[in-house]
Parts: sequence; structure tokens; C-alpha cells
Amino acid sequence: MVRTAKPRLAVFKFASCDGCQLSLLDAEDELLAVCELVELANFAEASSDLGSGPYDVALVEGSITTSEDAERIRRVRRESGFLITIGACATAGGIQALRNWGRIDEWVSSVYPSPEFISTLATSTPIADHVHVDFELHGCPINQHQLIEVLVAVVEGRRPRVSTHSVCLDCKRRGNVCHVVASAVPCLGPITQSGCGAICPTFNRGCYGCYGPSHQPNPNSLVSQFRSQGHSCDQLVPLLRNFNASAPAFRDASNALTEQMNRDSNP
Amino acid sequence: MSSSAETIRVPILTRVEGEGGVTVHTRGDTIESVQLDIFEPPRLFEALLRGRPLEEVPDITARICGICPVAYQMSSVHALEAALKIQITPEIRRLRRLLYCGEWIESHGLHIHLLHAPDFFGAASGIELARTFPNEVQRGLQLKKFGNRLLEALGGRAIHPINVRVGGFHRLPRRDELTPLIPDFEWGLQAAIDATRWVAGFSFPDFQQNYDFVALAHPDEYAMNEGEIVSSSGLRIPANRYDDHFVEHHVPHSTALHAVQREDHRAYLLGPLARVHLNRQKLSPAARRLADEIAFPTHCRNPFMSIVARGLELVHAYEESLSILRDYKPSGPAHVEYDPVAGQGCAATEAPRGLLFHHYAIDEQGKVISARIVPPTSQNQGQIERDVADYLKLRMHESGREQLAIDCEQLVRTYDPCISCSTHFLRVRWEAAP
Repeated sequence: MVRTAKPRLAVFKFASCDGCQLSLLDAEDELLAVCELVELANFAEASSDLGSGPYDVALVEGSITTSEDAERIRRVRRESGFLITIGACATAGGIQALRNWGRIDEWVSSVYPSPEFISTLATSTPIADHVHVDFELHGCPINQHQLIEVLVAVVEGRRPRVSTHSVCLDCKRRGNVCHVVASAVPCLGPITQSGCGAICPTFNRGCYGCYGPSHQPNPNSLVSQFRSQGHSCDQLVPLLRNFNASAPAFRDASNALTEQMNRDSNP
Repeated sequence: MSSSAETIRVPILTRVEGEGGVTVHTRGDTIESVQLDIFEPPRLFEALLRGRPLEEVPDITARICGICPVAYQMSSVHALEAALKIQITPEIRRLRRLLYCGEWIESHGLHIHLLHAPDFFGAASGIELARTFPNEVQRGLQLKKFGNRLLEALGGRAIHPINVRVGGFHRLPRRDELTPLIPDFEWGLQAAIDATRWVAGFSFPDFQQNYDFVALAHPDEYAMNEGEIVSSSGLRIPANRYDDHFVEHHVPHSTALHAVQREDHRAYLLGPLARVHLNRQKLSPAARRLADEIAFPTHCRNPFMSIVARGLELVHAYEESLSILRDYKPSGPAHVEYDPVAGQGCAATEAPRGLLFHHYAIDEQGKVISARIVPPTSQNQGQIERDVADYLKLRMHESGREQLAIDCEQLVRTYDPCISCSTHFLRVRWEAAP
């Protein structure tokens, strides 16, 4: 595909912390060059020039937690050529997806003295649950170099090159000693997607899964390994149930553990 | 002038963090109401933290904000360490200040150059400003970049650092992981001074407010993680007495929780202008000299000049970082050990935007029973709305509605509002008194 005009880029925010779109502004050395490649048609955090659609590319950060946002993402989809979700909130529902396991009325009234003024859904869901998504970039936050690769791919008319292997490969490339093997630390590296550069193991802690499930993960096998090393269900459930809690592989694994816990306490 | 009701609306605030808007109802010459409309859907952090292991709190609360995650991590670990009754070592204390310097540099660098400076030149963005001021914007991007490099070296990454934990750090960096930053920080100190001189020369609207400034103060340093809470009207309290003096107040006919001072429901102002006002003598030597050189007022009450206060703090953060980096030798434990005990603890630390207060109750298994988080922008909300009303009153006779909307937005931008930190933000509606 040959483009004659710069693709028009829009950035949209739903329920999120802003960190994923900030990672584009954090690519300081590349930022001005990126702006030569694409037109920032609608990026409210960076520019007061808010152009209306249609857009060639929409970057969507954040999850769907209100009925207004469920409507708004449909409008975004209609106005966008490619819709690319960035970050764990948009791809998996984010940490706020923990409400999916709770009781929303009780949660809202524990935070707000006048809960009747709050209108929020009982669930936090990823964008792909609502509209078709052309590409998902995992991470909490995403890797800015992967984001730039995605934008360049759009301009060049090709599929983005983003690795889906597990963190373990990156860890070995950094020469790290494996914490699971050497120290019996419960590390989600074997089932978590590459992208962060294996920073947690490099800083002496186990991976907690910010990049969500890798390609073809085997959580059941990893969990059995951790159980045989003496880690309790009580420790392992929160490890699987955080920023990508609602990603199917992590969700099913943490649910299987809580079912196990219930069976153990109610034989 | 007619007495018909009109509305001035800024539908979407741009060049701020998060999603908000402003609605102003006027009638003739009078401002009837100012609404800071917050579109951020609530994520309910204080609810989702319940039952989690306390070790996760710095990782989880970081996700409240992508621009100021270190602030949330620092307030949370200090509050939990108070609950656990443990003390960190002086080395850990110094490294935490270094980490916070990295965040102040990144956040202030971003705000000054990409979010705020464009307003002074009618530019829609920092990218557009780069066409008229290429060197200054490029310098700003480099200044911001080195803040991020520091966060990566010490924290693991800039957005949602992974090296912070209750008791200290997961791993102390090696000396050779930090010292390569020194040449960049030497450049950065001079560049920050030059950038501050540049912004000090901007043309500032003539607008003064009678603020009650509130910030942390410490006898030995420019307060970041520790100190008493002080105000420009004479308040001086330990952080654990925060709730005696400040309350999130449900304003009648409003869905907002405004933080006000308990005594008389007065609004107050947090952030760089407050800190420079209250702690100017504790700024680093180069920052103090610069403040005098540019004749930064001793009582600066013009919110538009907050960009200069951010510049002074940028200089301070570079100078303090250099001093810590030059002397750095890993020593002592990476973190202090502890046994979980039931208890409560709170802490206030200075996020780039102002005082951030956390309170936690924990049980004997080391799980969170309850969490309370009061972000600086929530606390500034009442003052922001008051300032918008007062500023518009001044400008109403000079400007058309379209210009007034721009003026509104530019004023809100001076507070560097961080709207995603919206744990207590609601859609605000002020009803005018009948």
C-alpha cells in the first residue's frame, strides 16, 4: 500500500492511568520524527488541535467500565481505519477488572459517600469485547519501541513485528540466573509475553505478568511447579490476578486455584 | 449588558493529563457557576486494594497514574512502613529521593515544554512550538529524557517502576549502573537553568490570588518524602494529623468531594508554587541563586507563574540528583525486613503536583484491610474552580466567549492537573444559589 498523505492518527483514552499514551511522548528522541511520519489529528494530551474523524489509525488506551464508554468505543471504531489497542487496560481490562470478581455496589459505596451519583458497570472489559480490534499491543505500560514499530508498520502497509515469546528468552539473553530454579521465587516469566526486557528478574524479583499471557502459555504446569515448591494458593491467586487478571489464560488459572481452595476447605 | 444566561464551555481540556472539561454558567456580568467536569470513569482503587498482600500496594497504586507513579509508590511505602513500625536506612532514604528527583524531572520537563509553554505563544502543541523554538523544545525533550533514564536505572523503568518495595528496594543498583548518568545530569543542570531563564521571560497575565499554600516542610531539605504539613497561614502538623485538619467535603448540591480545611472550609493550593513559597530557602544552591537572579517574587500568587516554579524545581532536582549520583556507593541492605503486624499508618509525600496523602489499615497476615488515597489534584479542585471564576470576572469585559473559553483552559493548565488520579473525582455540578 503506498500512501500519498500522512496517515491521520488519533489517540483515545478510556479507563486507564494515561501511562500507555505517555510512552509515546516519552520517546523523546523519536517524537519529532514520528510527527513527520503521521499527522497527530486528535491527541488531546499533546495538542489542542482536535481534528474530527475519520482517522486512519486510532490508538486506544483504557478499558470499558461505563455504558457511555461502551457507546463511545463503537463511535471510535466507525471513525477509524485501523484500531490498535495499547496496554493491559485496553487488551485485558486492566487492574480495574478486579471488580469482575467483586460486588460493584459494595465497591462503589466503600469509596464514595454518595454512591447514587456514580454510574459505572459491574465489569471492566477489554476493547475487543466490544469492537473488532486490528492489533493489540500488550503491556502495563506498553513498550514505546514496540509502539513506534506499530506506527511505522501502518505507514509502510505491513503487519507489525512484535514478539510473542515468553519473558524467559529475554531473561536468558540478559544472562540472568533463573529465580524459579535457583531461589524458588514464583515468577510468571514462563507464561508472560516478552516486551519489558525482563526487568523484574534483573532486579531480583519474580515477574508479575504486566505483559499478559505469552503465545501458547501453560499456566497449569507452572502453577503445579510453584505448588510443589511450597507456595500456597493464597500467594498464587493474587500473582495471577492483577493487571491482566481478566486475560483468559490468567483468569482461568486463578479461578482454577480458587476452586481448588474452596474444595480443600469444604471437602 | 443583557441578563440572559449563557454558557462558556471547554468541552475537552487539552494538554492536561486525563479527561476533563470546564463549564461556566454566566448571567449578564455574573459568573453563576464553574464546573470542572471530570470524564474519568472511576477505577475504584481503594476498593480493589482490600484483601491484597501489602507487598503489592506500591505496584498497584503506581497504576493510578502514568505520569506520577513514583509519587504513589513513595506515599504507599512510607504509609505501610509507618503501619509496620519499621525504619528505612539513610542509604535507602537517599535513593528514594533520587528516584523522586527522576520523576519530578520527567513530569516538570513534560509539563513545562510540551503542555504549558505552547500557551504563551499561541501554539496548539509542543510539536508546533518546536517550529518557532526548535532548540528550546529539543532541550526540553532532552531534559525530560534524562529524568526517564534515571527512573530506568534506579527503578527498572520510567512508567510503573518495578524496584520499589515496602522496606526499600528489591535490588540496589551497582555504582556502574548509575554513574553513566553523571555527564547527562551535568548537561541537564545547566540546561535546566537556561530553560528556567527562558520561561521566566514569558509574558504572564496579571492575575493574583490570595492562596493558602500547603506543602510538606523539612528542617534539613526541600521536602519530598518526609516532613510536617505546613501552610502559609501558619499550620504546622505531623502528616498523621492530616485528617484533623483536612476533610473531603460533600458540598451541598454538588456531587464533588472537595478537600477543604476543616476549620472554615477554605480551599487551599498544593504544588510547585506552594512548595517554592514555603520552602524556598531549602532549594538547592543553584536553584536558590537562580530564583534570586530572575527576581522570583517571595510571595508569588500568580498561578501563571507556576511554570517558573516548576523550572526552579527542575534545577533543584538536577542538582540534588548530581550530588547523590556522584557519591553513590551501594551499601547496606536493599530493603529492611519486617514481620506483618496489624495496624494503621499514613504518609504524605510531594508528588510533582503537590501533596499526596495515603492511609492504610493492615492485618496480622499482612493483608490490606482498607486504603484511603487523596491525590493533589483532588485537593486543588476547589481552588481551581474559584480561580477560574475570579479570572473570568476580570476578563469578561475584554473578551468574547471563544477567547474566554481559551483563557479558562489555559488557567486550568497552570495547575498541571492530573485527572487520571481521580479516585475521588466525580462529575461536578455546582448549583447557583437561588
